[in-house]
Amino acid sequence: MNAWKKHLGIVLPLLTVTALALWPVVTDNPANRESVFTILKAVALASSLNILLGYTGYVSFGHIVFYGFGGYVGIYLLTEKGWSLGEALLAGGVASGLLALLLGSAILRLRGAYFALATIGVNEAMRAFINNFELFGGPTGITLKFSVYKEYGGAAQALQTAFYIGAGLALLALILSYMVRSSKFGLGLLAIRENEDAAEVMGVVTPRAKTWAYVLSAIIPGMVGVLFFFKNGNVEPHDAFPLHSSIELLVMVMLGGQGTVFGPILGAFAYQGMRGYLVTSPVFKDIQLSVSGVLLLVIVLFIPAGAIGWLRHRIPPLRRLLA
Amino acid sequence: MQQLNLLLTSLPDGLLLGFVYGLAAMGLTLIWGVMNVINLSHGPIITLGMFSTFFIYTRLGLNPYIGVLPIALVGLLLGILIYTAAVHRVINGPHLSSLLATFSVNMIIIGLGTAALTTSPYNVDFSAGSFKLGNATILGTRIIAAIVTLAFTGGLYLFLYRTRPGKFIRAVANNRAAAELMGVPSTRILALSFGIGTMLAAVAGGLIATFFPFSILSGSGYELKSFVIGVLGGLGNPIGALFGGLILGILEGIIPAFIESSWVPVIEFVLFIFILLVRPSGLFGAKK
Amino acid sequence: MKRSSTILTIVLILGLLLAGCGGNPPTEKPPEPAAPTQVESSVPAQEQPTTPPQPKEVTVVIGFTSSLTGAQEVSSKRQVNGLNLWMQQVNDAGGIKLSDGTVVKFKAVTYDDESNKERVQELYTRLITEDKADFLISPYSSGLTAAASIIAEQNGKIMITAGAAEDDAYKTGNTSLFQLYTPGSQYLLSTVDMLKTLDPSAKIAIVHENDKFSTAVVEGLKPYLAEQGFEVVLEEGYASDTTDFGPIINKIVDSGATVLLGGGHYPDGSTFARQLYERKAGLKFISLLVAPADSKFPELGEAALGIATSSQWELSATHTPEEAAALGKEFYGPTGQEFAVAYETMTGDKPTYHVAGGYTAGLILQKAIEEADSVDPEEVRTALEAMDIFTFWGGVKFDISTEAHGLQVGHDMVVAQWQKNEVGELKRLVIWPADVATIQPLYPIPSP
Repeated sequence: MNAWKKHLGIVLPLLTVTALALWPVVTDNPANRESVFTILKAVALASSLNILLGYTGYVSFGHIVFYGFGGYVGIYLLTEKGWSLGEALLAGGVASGLLALLLGSAILRLRGAYFALATIGVNEAMRAFINNFELFGGPTGITLKFSVYKEYGGAAQALQTAFYIGAGLALLALILSYMVRSSKFGLGLLAIRENEDAAEVMGVVTPRAKTWAYVLSAIIPGMVGVLFFFKNGNVEPHDAFPLHSSIELLVMVMLGGQGTVFGPILGAFAYQGMRGYLVTSPVFKDIQLSVSGVLLLVIVLFIPAGAIGWLRHRIPPLRRLLA
Repeated sequence: MQQLNLLLTSLPDGLLLGFVYGLAAMGLTLIWGVMNVINLSHGPIITLGMFSTFFIYTRLGLNPYIGVLPIALVGLLLGILIYTAAVHRVINGPHLSSLLATFSVNMIIIGLGTAALTTSPYNVDFSAGSFKLGNATILGTRIIAAIVTLAFTGGLYLFLYRTRPGKFIRAVANNRAAAELMGVPSTRILALSFGIGTMLAAVAGGLIATFFPFSILSGSGYELKSFVIGVLGGLGNPIGALFGGLILGILEGIIPAFIESSWVPVIEFVLFIFILLVRPSGLFGAKK
Repeated sequence: MKRSSTILTIVLILGLLLAGCGGNPPTEKPPEPAAPTQVESSVPAQEQPTTPPQPKEVTVVIGFTSSLTGAQEVSSKRQVNGLNLWMQQVNDAGGIKLSDGTVVKFKAVTYDDESNKERVQELYTRLITEDKADFLISPYSSGLTAAASIIAEQNGKIMITAGAAEDDAYKTGNTSLFQLYTPGSQYLLSTVDMLKTLDPSAKIAIVHENDKFSTAVVEGLKPYLAEQGFEVVLEEGYASDTTDFGPIINKIVDSGATVLLGGGHYPDGSTFARQLYERKAGLKFISLLVAPADSKFPELGEAALGIATSSQWELSATHTPEEAAALGKEFYGPTGQEFAVAYETMTGDKPTYHVAGGYTAGLILQKAIEEADSVDPEEVRTALEAMDIFTFWGGVKFDISTEAHGLQVGHDMVVAQWQKNEVGELKRLVIWPADVATIQPLYPIPSP
């Protein structure tokens, strides 16, 4: 009973993501499936970013670099080396994790805005590099053959499979996020967020903790990248490293509430849902970006802690539920 | 030898372009220095400057340089407006809020701009002549832009070091709490600083419009360059930004002499990360 | 005060949730219940001529996304204008009449893809399942089309592609794409033929945008240049967002090149052309991709003079019934002049090849439906595969091998150049092939 109560915080995130994933299955509607895939992708990416941003307090502007890099590695192995989708997904995750390990030991020494700027630099440098990197197809990128999908039962079945894997990755991201949050390691990260120097004094080995947080936050985006480009059928440098999407991820985490498990899920859901609605809405089509901007501004100005942060603050009994 | 020749041909041009890059970055770095805000609406404001020049030249038929002062004034007022509406409330909030606030301003400007102007490219078909210097072609528009930049830099320096509000700005940048205790009206000073920052960005945009075609989305490229320059010159150091701009301009001019030009951004951003790691206070800042 | 901010906050959070849940209404209402598939199942058209004719009307829904915003906007919008003109004409003419008396009319449903691949698949799925699109037109640009083609293939929907020239997408093994444009790898070949007659000793600089389409064009160009014995003195890619071409132009001048072939899309191409002029690069001939083919290009003023482009279609060299007759092929649809007049009446603008491409995409769909005498996708597909016709756009014939299904093999490109007419206005005129050229090439370009 107690153990169950202790883990109450994961119930709502799990239920939400599961419900989201089941919605298109129940309605049996491919259009819903595609919309939900976009949302689940955002959930997985935002939850991963939250490990670094929300728990550790490091603002990464260029987190999308892991999505692009992992995606490229996975798609390369899939098309050129004949790896299966499962193997490619793992390889993409590992590649991004290694990249984070390598980068982390260098740029995590920087704090605040300097770290944020360095992550932008990393993303832009990587994009420009891949654009010149012939092994990955340079500017043309890599195009998948349709025969790849045959192994997964044709294009229709492959998209369905990709959706289930996407749902799995979103679930994995939130479980990882929850495990970090409720572990001793996570406490160390929160200490770093509040005051890095004090955390060091209290015995947290900050460089190591930060690097691991960075690595953990990079793995799932790498896998999501492989999945998305597999589904899209091709990958090009400018789609793989969109700085704009990186900033949108920050927005999602902030909207929902950084540092909470449920916050990024709610934020991703709300933001992608809203953009998806506005872009196809006849009324707002022309000024949809401005409408998003105004909504965001109002939220930032009046609920700076994000929706979940605000609820936790306002209604203390909910705190256990809204971890 | 051939490379040296090519290098000398491209150098003056890159240098002149660097002045304008520096001017834009000066706006970004000033805002950062005074209030620790990374202004993500920097790019769209540069774009607004570009379109102002377009309307002044193409629609009103005036010389684009007549537009510099009105653009500066409008930029100043716009900056004060943005500060008051979007930034002031979150200036003491969590460190991310100001990023998000300025990012929403970015979205609002681009959204309205897209609805009004579409994302098509626009061109200011203006030429101020050109002349040959050795093998290099020097464009009149770039010379004038460099002179305008120098005038604004000089003006900014005098303002910051010789006038009362300027001294207040430096005091707030140094230590806001202490400045408030000394009776500095910090809110007004912050708004003024933000206004000056956007003014510089808008003027830089207005000048760039005389060089290159542009669209409502062009600003983001210059915003990234401003980040790089800000770090090169030391974040928070407006005069350093001018030198940072010159360095970037020169690099963009001479790198293609040695390797394919598509490698330019790779080198630029690797250098950027390297400087951040080795000398985060910038090439001209005091070593920590 | 505090209470009101609380209420505001709750409203906002609820709003967010609602926005997230909100269904996405299509731009236009779904079609009337008369689903086209019912038609063919009830009446197997020609086999039962005795069936009493029941004049019934079906509305075929054509779905596509277009780039209303973003980098591809200029060309994409023209393509949509062309398609809309075709649709308006065919509907005004009372639709297509099938032999069983069914009248087929058309309706478009479209969304903005923001020139961005993130939502293209989502939007095409929506077009097919929610908006019940029967046939698809591709988005503009090769990258977007590649993503959309998977959805088309998955649902077995035919997608006629316009503005997706790059060859790779047709070599993936899919069978749903039908390409209207001459493939990217052949874009500059006719320009090389022309240079061969003008100046076989020209020294070539290839300077192109480092992106999917332009790189594919260059990959097709290089072997052909070598075959024709041209010397390539410089090959250089530039980043898509390049604005300062100064250093690159210095490099071109330094290489001793006399002819420049390359470019990319509209924004970079127009920037490049302007700076080539300002810096008095002194080249004898300049051909850039896409940008000079647009009617916005003369906004560059004097800098536009002499710039050439490979064009999929030009009004002054439009294809004619006589040409088709000489080849022994059927000519279908309006003449180029009729099309141009209708377009100018509708928009007040001169048609470019992107407009003509959009129009012809609709036209060949119309032809295929007439040939199939049905709107059944499979029968229309068969008709498209068998198609070998001529329109004002030129020849239309598709590769039907499994290696490159849907690749265009019947269409040729022309070379057009901006020149001044007697009153000093800039006009885009056809200079090659010689038999359709309306004027001699301006070679070398006069120095400014």
